[in-house]
This record gives sequence, structure tokens and C-alpha cells, in this order.
Amino acid sequence: MADQKDPVSKSNDAWPDRFIQLAENARDPRLKVFYQAGCVAPETPLADAPLVALDFETTGLNPDQHSIVSIGLVPFSIDGIQLGRGRHWVVRPQLPLHQTSITIHGITHTDIDKAPDLSEVLEEILEAMAGRIAVVHYRSIERPFFDVALKWRLNEGINFPVIDTMAIEAHLYPNRQPTRWQKLKGMKPVSIRLADSRTRYGLPHYPPHNALIDAIATAELLQAQVRHHFSLDTAVKDLWL
Amino acid sequence: MQAELIDIRNHLAQHAPFDEMAEEMLDKVVSSIEISYFRAGTPILEFGQRNTWLFYVRSGAVEIYRRSGELYSRMGEGEFFGQFGLMMHKTVRFPAKAIEDCLIYRIPDTVFQYLWENDENFADFADTEGRSRLRSAVSRREKSNVLMTSKVTRLISRKPVSAPCTVRLQEAARIMTDQGVSALLLMDEEGDRPKLKGIITDRDLRTRAVTEALPSETPISEIMSDDPITTRARSFIFEAMLTMLHNNIHHLPVMDNDEVRGVIALSDIAKYESQSSLYLVSNIYHQQDIKGLKKISRDVRDSFVRLVNEDANSHMIGSAMAGIGRSFTQRLLELGEEKLGPPPVPYCFMALGSMARDEQLVVTDQDNAMILDDSFNPPEHDAYFLALAKFVSDGLDACGYTYCTGDIMATNEKWRQPLKVWKSYFIDWIDNPKAEALLNSNIFFDLDGIYGRTEFAEELKILVAERASNSQRFLAMLARNALNRTPPLGFFRTFVMEEDGKQNNTFNLKRRGTAPLSDLIRVHALACGSRAQNSFNRLKAIAETKLIPDDGVGNLRDALEFISIVRIRHQALAIEAGREPDNNVRPEELSPFERSHLKDAFQVVSNAQKFLKFRYHSQVGRHG
Repeated sequence: MADQKDPVSKSNDAWPDRFIQLAENARDPRLKVFYQAGCVAPETPLADAPLVALDFETTGLNPDQHSIVSIGLVPFSIDGIQLGRGRHWVVRPQLPLHQTSITIHGITHTDIDKAPDLSEVLEEILEAMAGRIAVVHYRSIERPFFDVALKWRLNEGINFPVIDTMAIEAHLYPNRQPTRWQKLKGMKPVSIRLADSRTRYGLPHYPPHNALIDAIATAELLQAQVRHHFSLDTAVKDLWL
Repeated sequence: MQAELIDIRNHLAQHAPFDEMAEEMLDKVVSSIEISYFRAGTPILEFGQRNTWLFYVRSGAVEIYRRSGELYSRMGEGEFFGQFGLMMHKTVRFPAKAIEDCLIYRIPDTVFQYLWENDENFADFADTEGRSRLRSAVSRREKSNVLMTSKVTRLISRKPVSAPCTVRLQEAARIMTDQGVSALLLMDEEGDRPKLKGIITDRDLRTRAVTEALPSETPISEIMSDDPITTRARSFIFEAMLTMLHNNIHHLPVMDNDEVRGVIALSDIAKYESQSSLYLVSNIYHQQDIKGLKKISRDVRDSFVRLVNEDANSHMIGSAMAGIGRSFTQRLLELGEEKLGPPPVPYCFMALGSMARDEQLVVTDQDNAMILDDSFNPPEHDAYFLALAKFVSDGLDACGYTYCTGDIMATNEKWRQPLKVWKSYFIDWIDNPKAEALLNSNIFFDLDGIYGRTEFAEELKILVAERASNSQRFLAMLARNALNRTPPLGFFRTFVMEEDGKQNNTFNLKRRGTAPLSDLIRVHALACGSRAQNSFNRLKAIAETKLIPDDGVGNLRDALEFISIVRIRHQALAIEAGREPDNNVRPEELSPFERSHLKDAFQVVSNAQKFLKFRYHSQVGRHG
């Protein structure tokens, strides 16, 4: 799948100003509070950056056709991921739950029927994210889905910078598809999926498709990437998108 | 704890000591975890740094060092470190470094302290003093065997039955029949209070009185056993058992100071031990030929496995197996004398090595020798003793005690010599010590007379005890030899770790564990002039002389016990699985409990070797 166009294509320094503007324009008080918490300064070294790993499980890949089923997040820093602060919500999708996604997430119709709507837990989610940089694995899910879901409910979307661990892997392996000649020699493409990327850093196998575990897995992956390829002094603006 | 974290909890729950932790407690641990990633080659903890975390290795590998930079241990998935510092002013004592990319789950000090106070199993496991942890491991095991926790007085069911030692044979037999006892105590009633003078048993009546057709008026004092071996009322049942096994006696008066409290019989103890090694011993004496002995030798391994499964300690098992081996030897000597006629001059048959130390197990060869009376005249007498030695040696081999590859057997002319020659051997070994020669003669410093004129062997023990303690050069040489075999550092994954960081798949628990320990205990015992042969008894003697500080002796005892038991269990498991038992252990066969306590025990051995080097080395310089 091709990377979708980023909602913002401004300079990487622009995020804090953008947040001030978004805070002014926001109508929903929860969004207003979220933006008012501000954006981490672009020059902040990774060592000092407050981060939050974010993972959504969805009924499909298209934000206009599919819905969010569950949300997991864990605040962290490059130094440590605090498990006790990890959160997980199952939310009721607007669109019908496909049988195929049930088998992937293990979330059933019964779970969904009892689950709240995203708008009921939005305040808690935004509180946990406020003042932190979101870290995701594959930026075309969390941010666009969040944006569409809020537009649907509040008539206004959401925007924020993300660090994408998959984009980092893609950058590290620009030639991950072997040439025909390499294929003949038996070379396999380099996978930049979460589980495969983790394996390259000696990170353990975690069972996939639980939003909180995936968020933790993503946070660990960023820690590993930073330790291997960047420095603690690397500015966040070099990584966020 | 969030339910989604169950997989993280499950990982902890697969590893000791979290595997035995209550669920709520484990949830508390998981919720407190902070995850950190360390790249291979980066330090995790540096000496003197402040640290308020316990580190659990989720993936990867970590090396822990001493302050000197020496490798202390290597940790892998599911193991933790950092507790030393948490117990010591939150300051790092043992630096740690990631040697592979590592994902570490950090547990905060507050939770560590909570677990320490509320989970005994965790506290034992995390104990920074490996030695007190070893102590509790050893005593926990010993507490589970009734023979080791109950006093002999528990076996006394009636008042002692006695008679004055002046009674006649017939009267004694009548009292025993009337009272329904198999042993009668004979008292000296001359003084103010009657004193135990002798004992007569059913067996004595059969073998001495009846077979020799003694007149019924024979004074009992002529056939009774004088000054019988006794046990104290404070003794544990297993100590009484050891005494019976060692001396091949079936009745033991229990003494409270000078007063007899009662008599315990073999059958009283055997009740506690389902497939009694005591019965096996008495059965050995009923066999009339090598064929019969060979047949019952098959029961030795069953008896061994039974003792292990009943949680007997290593002293008990070692003594039981040595007692059985000794009995085979003694019976073979009796049968040999029946076949070859009475010996032309008196002699003593001597056991060496593990049998002499009462530390025999099931994988063992025979080590023996003969001390002949000084009137021995080779052309005239040696044919007899060679034939007898050969008869015994072949018989032992048939019963599973294979020939000694080093030819330390009475069949070797060199080890079939009169007492005066033996004395000259020992004097030469002690006065002119040569490292190489001592390596080969080491085994003679564990000796025990087991048949015939056992006082010959006692004379040698006295000679050794007096002479060795005064020869610093001899002790220094012996100490140097005792350092030849060192214990491993510990374990990492499925490997044995050596001090230089090398990893092996297997190790020999005798060569790397029990043997270095008994070697170094022997040096100290000889230095303090002890005549004890058993390592535990030697340790008692060492403790009395204060040659080593008390806790040092206790540590050695615990280490010996723990390593021995792991070795014994390893052999018992092999027997039960139908395999040939041996001493080679693969780390994956060890439980986490055994691994961590073995590491503690190896540490004790290693420290004791350093002490030995220091204690006896300096004297080489001064004297030699």
C-alpha cells in the first residue's frame, strides 16, 4: 500500500505554531485543552522528549470506509516505558464489524455492544496524549482514522505530529525489494512490519493485534531504533512527520 | 493491572521466583514495570552509581562483574540482577553490561522491598547472601525427612531390659524369652548406680552359644560384647542409623549421660525407611557364595533411589552406600577365609577413598589395601594373602564395584604390606612430599580398617594425624594439589560458564564440585590433627580447632551437602529412567532452584580454595 499524503506538509519546525492556531480554532473544549497543552519544541533532544505510543485496531485500512475497534496507548520516554500507565479501550464502531476483523482482533459483537462510543472516552484519550509526541507504526492508520472519526462526531478533525517507526525502517532499507537478479539468488524482501522489524533488534515476540500490546511493542521498537541508529541528542523534529 | 498485559505477566510467571508468586502480587509487579532497551556492548549499571531498580532480562544477555572487573555471572532471559545494590544503600556493587541487545523490565525498589517482605520464596531467591540462601535450601530439604528431624528417644517403646553381668548364659536366655526382647543389657552393679557393661543379642546366642555348644552355666560376661557402642538420647534417628550401618550392629542402647534410657533395634529404624539399606546390609551376611552376593547387589541401586526419594541427606546416603559396600567386602573376606582357611598371620583389610569417608555413591570402583602383621614373611605367607585379595577383588567386581583403574587394590603387591612398611610409606609421603607422588597417594589419606585387626588401620590414622599436622611442606603440597580442580562460575542458558567466560555443554559434578571440596576439607582436617575420615565429621573437627571461622565451616558444609545432593539426584534420576548413572550433568537438566543454589555453592568452593591457597601457601615460602 502506498503511503498516504501527510495531512501537513509544512516545515518540520512548524508544529508548535500550528498547535497554537489549532487551539484557537478548536470548538470542542476537549480538543482545545489538548492543543493548549502545546507541542514539544522541535529542537528537544530525544532523551528529553515525552512520547506516547499509540495503536488503533480497525475494521479495515480505509478511514472513510472502516471504523476504530480499539485503542491502546502508553506514555513513555526513550529511557523507559511505564506499563502501569498503559491504557486500553474497546470502542463501538459506527460501521458494521466484519467477520474477518473479529478473527484478527478477537473483539466480538458482544464486546462491541457493551463498549462506549469514541466520544465517551475521548477526553481520557486526549488527556493521555496531551503534551506528548505520538509514536505509531505506520502513520496512515492512527492519525487519519482519528481525524475522520472526530469529523464524523464533532464536525472537526484532529491533527498532531507523529514519529513513525515503520517510516524509520523504510528509510533504513530503501532497497528492501530485491532486484530480479537478487530474487534469482534467493534474496527475500526486507519486511518492515512491526513484528519483523522488532526481530532485527532482538526484541521478543509479542502476540500481535492487541492495541495496548502493539503500542508497547511500537514504543520498544523506537527505543531500539534510537539506540542503534540515532543519538539521544537527535532533535525530535528530525523524526516527526 | 490491565488485562491486556497478561502476556507480559505470563513471561514472568514462567520464571523462578515469580512462578510461585500469588496472582495479585504478580499483577502489582507487572503494573510497576518500566521497560528499557540496551544495545549490545553498552553498560547497564556502573559501579558506585545510584540504582533504585531490579532488572529482569526479558530478552538478550547481560554480564555481571565484580568490582575488580572479574566476570561474576552471565544472565539470560527470565533472570534478574541488581538486587545487591538495592540491599546496599541503593548503590551498584556489581556492574552490568549488555552483551547482546537486551530488553529489560525494570522493577522499582519499592516493589522489590514489598516482595522481599511479603513473599518468602522471593526473598530466599533474591537473597544477596547466596550462602544464607544455600543454608535455607539445605535445611528445607533436611526438614522433610523424618529420620533427620526425629530424636532416637521417639523409637523407645519400653524400659530397658537388663540383668547383672554376673548372670549365667541360661538365665540370660530365659530373661530374654520372658521379656520378648532380642537384646539384653548387662549391668555392672558394683558401684552406687548400675553401669552398662555389655550387651548380648539373639545373634550372639545363636552364633556363639549355640554353635559352639557352650554349657548353660557359662558366665554371660564371657560371650557378651563389652563396652557396647551406644547413642545419645539427643541424637537424631539418622545418626543412630549411621552408627548401626558403620558398625554393622542391630541394637543400640540409648544413653542419657550414664543412664540407659532404652534400646533401639534395627527394625525400629527400618520402619521409617521402606526399602531399608539396613535390611540389605543384614541380608548380605546371609549370602553363602559370590553368586548370592551378586544377586542381591542388584538391590543396591533400588535402595539408593529409595533413600533419595525419601529426602535423606547426603551424609546418610553416602554412609548407607559405604555401609553396604563395606558389608559386601566383609562378607567376601569371611567367605574367602572359609575357602582358603584361617590367615597365617593377623591382617587388616582397609578401605580407601570414598568408602573410607562414608561418601560412597552408586558409581564407584573399588579402592582397598591390606595391612599385614609385622611377622609377615612373604615367601611363606604371601600366596595366601594374594589369593584372598584376589577372591575379594573379583567378588567385588562381580557385585558392581569395578576394579580400580589405578590399581589401588590389595591384589597389588605394593598395597599388601606389613604394618611397618605402611608406616614407612606414610612417613615418606609426609616427610618428603612431592606434588606428583602425592596426587597418586591422596587416596590413602582417606582410610578405614573394615575387617580383621582394624587397630592396624587406627595406628596409621594416628601416625598420619600426628605427623601431617606438623609438616607444613606436606600440607602446602597437599593444598596445592587441592587447587587443581576448580568449580565452574555458574550457568548461562544451557551452558556451564567458566571463569574466563568460556561456555561448555556439560560438566562433571564430582570433579568440579564434591572432589575439590573433599580435597580441601582433607587438608584442613590433617592440619588440625583430626583422625576423622568423613568430610562432615572432618568439618566438625575443623570447627572445634577454629582453624576456619564458624560461618566458613557452615558454608562448606552446606555447599558439600547441596552439591552432593544434586549429584545424587542426578544419578537416581538416571537409574529410574533406566540409564547408566554418571557424574556428567547438563545445565538444562537442572531446575532453576538447583542452578541458582549450585552457583552459590560453587562460590563457596571457590572462596574456600582462595583461602586454602593463602593459608598454606605462605608457609611454603618460609620453609621450603
